[in-house]
Amino acid sequence: MELYSLTGAQLAELLKQGKISAEEILSSLSLRAAGKEDKVKAYVRFGGKLESLPAEGAPARGPLSGIPVSVKDNICTRSCNTECCSRILSGYRPPYDATVISRLKSDGAAIVSTKTNMDEFAFGSSTENSCFGPSRNPWDTQCVPGGSSGGSAAAVASDEAVFALGSDTGGSIRQPASFCGVVGLKPTYGRVSRYGLVAFASSLDQIGPITKDVRDSALLLNSIAGYDPKDSTSVNTPVPDYTACLGQPVKGMRIGVPKEYMVEGIDPQVREALLRSLEEFKRLGAVCSEVSLPHTEFAVPVYYIIATAEASSNLARFDGVRYGFRAADAENISAMYSRTRGEGFGKEAKRRIILGTFALSHGYYDAYYLRALKVRTLIKQDFEKVFGEFDCVVAPTSPTPAFKLGEKMGDPLKMYLSDIYTISANLAGIPAISVPCGFTSGGLPVGMQIMSGHFREETLLKLAYAYEQSAYAGSRRRPEL
Amino acid sequence: MEYEAVIGLEVHVQLNTNTKAFCACRAEFGVEPNTNICPVCLGLPGALPVLNKVVLSHALKVGLALGCSIQNRTKFDRKNYFYPDLPKGYQISQFDLPVALAGEVRIDTPAGEKCVRVKRVHMEEDAGKLMHDAEGSLVDLNRAGVPLLEIVTEPDMNTPDEAYAYLTKLKSVIEYLDVSDCDMEKGSLRCDANVSLRPKGESRLGTKAELKNMNSFKAVKDALLYEIGRQAEILDGGGKVAQETRLWDARQAKTFSMRSKEEAHDYRYFPDPDLTLFLITDEEIGEARAGIPELPQQKAARFMSEFGISAYDAGILTADKRDAAFAEECIKVFPSGDKKPVVNYLIGPLLAEANSRGCGLSGLKLSPERLLELVSLVQKNVISNLVSKTVLKEMIDRQATADEIVKSRNLAQISDTSALDGIITRVLAENVKSVQDFRSGKENAVMFLVGQVMRMSAGKANPKVVQELLKRRLADA
Repeated sequence: MELYSLTGAQLAELLKQGKISAEEILSSLSLRAAGKEDKVKAYVRFGGKLESLPAEGAPARGPLSGIPVSVKDNICTRSCNTECCSRILSGYRPPYDATVISRLKSDGAAIVSTKTNMDEFAFGSSTENSCFGPSRNPWDTQCVPGGSSGGSAAAVASDEAVFALGSDTGGSIRQPASFCGVVGLKPTYGRVSRYGLVAFASSLDQIGPITKDVRDSALLLNSIAGYDPKDSTSVNTPVPDYTACLGQPVKGMRIGVPKEYMVEGIDPQVREALLRSLEEFKRLGAVCSEVSLPHTEFAVPVYYIIATAEASSNLARFDGVRYGFRAADAENISAMYSRTRGEGFGKEAKRRIILGTFALSHGYYDAYYLRALKVRTLIKQDFEKVFGEFDCVVAPTSPTPAFKLGEKMGDPLKMYLSDIYTISANLAGIPAISVPCGFTSGGLPVGMQIMSGHFREETLLKLAYAYEQSAYAGSRRRPEL
Repeated sequence: MEYEAVIGLEVHVQLNTNTKAFCACRAEFGVEPNTNICPVCLGLPGALPVLNKVVLSHALKVGLALGCSIQNRTKFDRKNYFYPDLPKGYQISQFDLPVALAGEVRIDTPAGEKCVRVKRVHMEEDAGKLMHDAEGSLVDLNRAGVPLLEIVTEPDMNTPDEAYAYLTKLKSVIEYLDVSDCDMEKGSLRCDANVSLRPKGESRLGTKAELKNMNSFKAVKDALLYEIGRQAEILDGGGKVAQETRLWDARQAKTFSMRSKEEAHDYRYFPDPDLTLFLITDEEIGEARAGIPELPQQKAARFMSEFGISAYDAGILTADKRDAAFAEECIKVFPSGDKKPVVNYLIGPLLAEANSRGCGLSGLKLSPERLLELVSLVQKNVISNLVSKTVLKEMIDRQATADEIVKSRNLAQISDTSALDGIITRVLAENVKSVQDFRSGKENAVMFLVGQVMRMSAGKANPKVVQELLKRRLADA
C-alpha cells in the first residue's frame, strides 16, 4: 500500500509507531500529485511538487503531527498565496494565517503550500469558474468535480491529498464530496472560526473537512473547531472529541426523510442509492420516517438573495487600491475602480455582485433582502420542528451525480439548482455531512447527506460512521486514474 | 418675505479609546502613516471585526447623559460606498437599531431656555485619510477603524446662534463624560448642518441643504448665516432651493454645491453579518449610568445653591469641566461667606485673561491660593481692580505671588490724601472745561476727572478716594 492512499488516521498510527516519517508521507503525496495533476488539476499554482508551510512553533507530537493538510485557495496562509482563484487577487499573499491554519499547525499538521482549486470566490458548483481553469472529476475526467471546493474534493479522491479543507456557503463542501466519492462535513455555523476565510456570504460560510472517510473528518474537526475571540460569530461552546462517538450504536436513532427532497428533478439513480442507504440504516436499527420541511422550495431563491447581497458587500474591498490586481493606466479613481473590477472579476462574480447590489438597493431592500431574511427564519423553524422529534434528516446531497464539463456553464439557473439540497443547512446554520452511498451505472459516485441540529456534529459523525462501516468497510472503491 | 430657518445638526465625535473600534490597533495620532494598522482595519480578505466594549460603554454614557432611551437590542450595519480611504468598501455603522434614541439638549436663547431634541446616537468607525501630492494620492489608514459616535438632532434650531449654543452645550457634556477630547481642529469633533427656510408661520418644512466642511463652531454659525441668506435670496426671487450637499469654503465665506440629490449615494445599508446583535442588559445600562459624573447642568445648579451665585455666573463657570473644578476650588477656599467677590473676579478679569491667552481658567496655571491673595489685595484696597489686571498678567508670566509683584513694582494703591492732592490740583488746572461743566450742573463731569487722576497716577490711585477728594475740592472752590 502506498502512503498516499492511506487516511490521516492510518498515517498518524504509522507515524506514532515510528514506521514512517512525515517526509515520506509528503514525498509520496508529492509524487502522486506530480503523476496525476495533468489529469485532475486539483491544485493551483502547482510547480511539480508539494511542499508544506514552515510550521513555526509546532509541537513535537500533536494529534496531526506530520500529516499534510491541503487547503482551499480562499483560506489565508501567511507563507503562500491566497487568491481565491480570482485574477483580482493575483499575487496576493496574506500577512496572517487563518485561525484554522494556526490551529492545524499547533496540532502539528503540515499545511500543504500549494492550494486547491475552487470556483472564483466560491461562486459555483463545478470549479469551472476558476481563473486557473477547471479541475476534473477523478472518476471521469470529462466530468466536473463539483464545487466550489472541487479542487479539495478531487485532490482527496485522487489520493493527491490525505485530506483537505473546504468551505461551504451553500453546499461547496458537500456537493463536490458527493461528486468525488469522498466525505465532506459542513459544521454548525459558529463551530469553526471564519477568521481568515475570505468571505463569500458571511452569515452562511463555514470551513470544514473533506476526507477519505468519516474518521478523518472527525479528526480534522477536532483540530479546527472551537471558539475564536477574533470571530464574533464563533460560538463559545465546548468541543468534544469527535472521534469518541465513532462506533457507538445507532440503534433506535430517529431519521427523518424530507418528502420535499425526493421529488422532481432528482436523478432516478440518486434516488435509488438513497433508498438503499435508508434500508442500510434500518438494518442498523435506526427508525426512518417521512418528514416535511415545507419551506424547502424557497431555499434556492432565498439563498441567492442573501448570499449575493452579502457577497456584493464582501467583494467591495477588491478595488485595486491596496493589494491584488490593479488595471493599468486608469485616468481617474472611478475608472481605476471600474476597470480593475471589470478586468479582475470573472463572469459569475460579476453576476453575483450585480444581483446582490440590486437586492440591497433603495426601494428593493424590503421586497428582496428583508423578505428573504424572513423566509430564512421559516426555513430554520422547519428544521427546529423536525429536530424536536428526529435525531437527523437524511437526503441526497445533490439531485444528480457529477455532470459534464461545460454542461451547465451556459445556464446559471440550472447550475444553481445543483445545490438545491445543500442550501437549506447553510440557511438554518445546522451541521451536515455528505458520505458516499453508492455509484451510478456509469460509475459515478453518489452522496448522501445527513443533517442534524445545531452543534450536533456527533450525531452526524456517529450515523455516517456506522453507515460507512456497514456498507463499505474494507471495500472502498477508488477511481482509476 | 420673512423666513424662519429650520436647522438640524449631525455631530461626529471621535471617542478617546485606547484601541480602535473593531481591532486591537492603537487609536493614537501624529504617528508615522500606516503604523497603527492590522489585517482588520486594513480590510484584508478574511479579517473580521470584534467590537471594542469600551466603545459601547462610551456610547451608553453619552446616550444617557443626553437623556436618550438606550436600546436593549442594537446592531451594526454596513454602509456601502467606494472611496480609497475606506478599506473594506463599506463603513461599519448603525442604521435602524442605533444604541440610543430620543434625548435632548437644553440651550439658552434670548427668548429663554429651549429644548433641542436629539433624534439618535449611533456608533460607527472612521475612515482613513487621503494625502495628495503632485505624483498622486496616498492613503494613511491609521485613522481607519477609530470609533466615532454620531449624534443627530431633530430640526429644532431656528438660528445660527441656537446651533452654536447647541454645539457648545453638547461639547461641554461630552467633555464632562471624558469620552472625547472634542477638538474640532484635530477633527475629533465634526459637524454637518441641515438647513431649510420656510415662510414665518408656515409649519411645513422647506427644501434643505446639507452643509459640510465646517471646522469650528464659528464656521458652523458663519456657514448657516451665509446659507440662510443664499436660500432667502433664491426664494425671494421666486426660485426653488435645490436639495443638495454643499461645502463651506471658509476663505471665500461661501457654500458651494458638492452633489445634488440625484447624485446622492445609495448606501445599501444592511445588517453586518460579521457582528451579531448586541443585547444590552439593564445591569449594563445601570453600570454606565453609575459611571456618569456630575454634568454641567447639575453642577451649575449645585453652584447656585451652594455658593448662592446667579444662574448666569454658574453657567459660565461650569461650561468646561476643568475650569469648573478650578472655580469650585477657588470659591471653596475663599474665606468669606459671600462668594460674590471671587466669583466676579473669576468671570471678570480672570476669564478675560484666559480668553486673551486662548485657554480656559484652569489653563492659566494659577493656584487658587495665589488667586485668592490677589482678590484680597483688591478687597483691602491695596490695589485697584484695574491694577490687579496687570498684576494678574505678571503673576502668570513670572509665576510669582501678587504680593511680590505689587511690592517689587510699587503698584500699591494710593489712598493717602496728601499724595493725591498734588495730582488733583494738576488735573483741575488742566481740565478747566470739565470743571465748568460740573459747576453748570453736569455731575458726570466728575467721572471724567476721576479718570484723568487715575491715568496720571498710572492706575494706582484709589478711585473712591479720588472721587471723594474731587467732589470736596469742586465744592470748596
